Amino acid sequence: MKQIYSQKAYWNTNLKYLAILLTVWFLCSYGFGILLVDQLNQINLGGFPLGFWFAQQGSIYIFVVLIFVYVRLMNNLDKKYGFDD
Amino acid sequence: MSVQVWTYLIVGITFALYIGIAIWSRAGSTKDFYVAGGGVSPLANGMATAADWMSAASFISMAGIISFTGYDGSVYLMGWTGGYVLLALLLAPYLRKFGKFTVPDFIGDRYYSDTARIVAVICALLVSFTYVAGQMRGVGVVFSRFLEVDINTGVIIGMIIVLFYAVLGGMKGITYTQVAQYCVLIFAFMVPAIFISIQMTGNPIPQLGMSSTLNDGSDVYLLEKLNGLSTELGFNEYTSGAKNKVDIFAITLALMAGTSGLPHVIVRFFTVKKVKDARKSAGLALLLIAILYTTAPAVAVFARVNLIETVSDKPYISMPEWFKNWEKTGLLTFEDKNQDGNIQYVADAQINELKVDRDIMVLANPEIANLPAWVIALVAAGSLAAALSTAAGLLLVISASVSHDLIKKIFLPTISEKRELIAARLSAVVAVCVAGYFGINPPGFVAAVVALAFGLAAASFFPTIVLGIFYKRMNKEGAISGMIVGISLMLFYMAKFKLGWLGETPPSSQWWFGISPEGFGTVAMIINFIVSLLVCQFTAAPPLEVQEMVQNIRIPKGSPEIISNH
Repeated sequence: MKQIYSQKAYWNTNLKYLAILLTVWFLCSYGFGILLVDQLNQINLGGFPLGFWFAQQGSIYIFVVLIFVYVRLMNNLDKKYGFDD
Repeated sequence: MSVQVWTYLIVGITFALYIGIAIWSRAGSTKDFYVAGGGVSPLANGMATAADWMSAASFISMAGIISFTGYDGSVYLMGWTGGYVLLALLLAPYLRKFGKFTVPDFIGDRYYSDTARIVAVICALLVSFTYVAGQMRGVGVVFSRFLEVDINTGVIIGMIIVLFYAVLGGMKGITYTQVAQYCVLIFAFMVPAIFISIQMTGNPIPQLGMSSTLNDGSDVYLLEKLNGLSTELGFNEYTSGAKNKVDIFAITLALMAGTSGLPHVIVRFFTVKKVKDARKSAGLALLLIAILYTTAPAVAVFARVNLIETVSDKPYISMPEWFKNWEKTGLLTFEDKNQDGNIQYVADAQINELKVDRDIMVLANPEIANLPAWVIALVAAGSLAAALSTAAGLLLVISASVSHDLIKKIFLPTISEKRELIAARLSAVVAVCVAGYFGINPPGFVAAVVALAFGLAAASFFPTIVLGIFYKRMNKEGAISGMIVGISLMLFYMAKFKLGWLGETPPSSQWWFGISPEGFGTVAMIINFIVSLLVCQFTAAPPLEVQEMVQNIRIPKGSPEIISNH
């Protein structure tokens, strides 16, 4: 029973992490790089219109960070529940 | 030494390296052949995945496409990287815990159905064959441009090299050659990019150089200058773009979901030792891919500015040597429509006198920047590395689909390990030959067909696998219906609106929702989700063991040593 309960809790925490990370994933690419790109292009980041920067470079940097954040979060979560392999 | 001699030398050295690795990593078991023995380190897997992923298209064509389309090219930049987040978060760790050999393995077991397995095999074969035809063609083309060898001969040489390390080493041979190929291709891409960045902006980091000011004392931002040049000639502003937002959204999503549904990418995550390694190697793969993908837009900008400044309104007779060289290949054509001796390069097709093939942008860049001959040779070796590494990954999926998913799992379940290994090697040989055939006689629509591969993966594998992991109630009727509807819709839309197989290709005004065939994968994917979820509500829940299996793959602990079925 305890095993099942802790598996549920582990999974729910995982789902929570996914929701947050995928929201950021969506925002930086579809949000800033596509839907809001014209508005963001009014701002300049160095020589880059901001929306364009998100679309061509920024979103990619953020994707990399997102995955490593997930790796770190899950390594800790696995240890906490004793589920690490 | 001439470019050609350098090219033979450098390409020769890289080929010798790949063959050496193949011999060292001979496969001795089916576990070696399908999943490299399950012992690949996260870093090696990251490098192999990156090379597997970055094909001739990423290496040669992408920067060129972005160069000509500006902001619109972002669909490829985001689409081909964002899918890795989906892989790392939604797929890779669970599939690794599942612990078998192929994607149809997962679908067949998860949906307790040989029908599902066969549908998955058909999709895997469709997706992989279409993709690999393009790669073999790319190999032939690079050979013909740099080594002055006939395209068909080039394809055959490529086939022999791939055959060697794929048949001998299977996934093991492929993985470690891909590691070497990553090193070659990233070096080959970055060297010209860094040189040109320094030349044009003084900044050695191309990603920063792209947003810097020009080196010529004018202190104008590079992108501003490019926007100005573009609009003067009637093109769209480079940083704005022409496609409608809905289509851009749809294409990006189709590419991202398609990426994470491609069997040859997914199968890479079966080769690591444990679940946490699967997550980590996805991160490393993306990091290594990002090095090229954040440099490509910079290369695109440099090349575009260079091209316009060199040709626009300048006399044809004053064109530099690289111009004449590429004219000889027919990839650059000039027609003096107004007979004034000058080159008009404008957006208006009536007035425009210069046609430039997009692939030139990366290949000619080193010549345009006056870089030494060995750099040009390096680019040739890099393009070959990119094409061969992807081709190998695809061929392995095809071979495993036949020997493992069809022969072992369905038709001859009692086949011995030794015999299965022979079947795997034989199917690899046949697959290489078929791929080579398509390389020599490409269906005229190779690029369209690669777009189809992504659309199919987005419409079939992605929804079905994700639902399989995250929704215990998803059953075989739901999954099979979803996959069939998704694939059929995708094939229909592609046949009608791109390939012209159902009568005249209708104009883009008739696209559904304003979405192009390249973006339709998104629609087909959504429909797969809807159909699957609906059908499963009205049919029996999966058996208890399957529900327990799903529960099991959600927890990393107890990652099996990859289960061999013998």
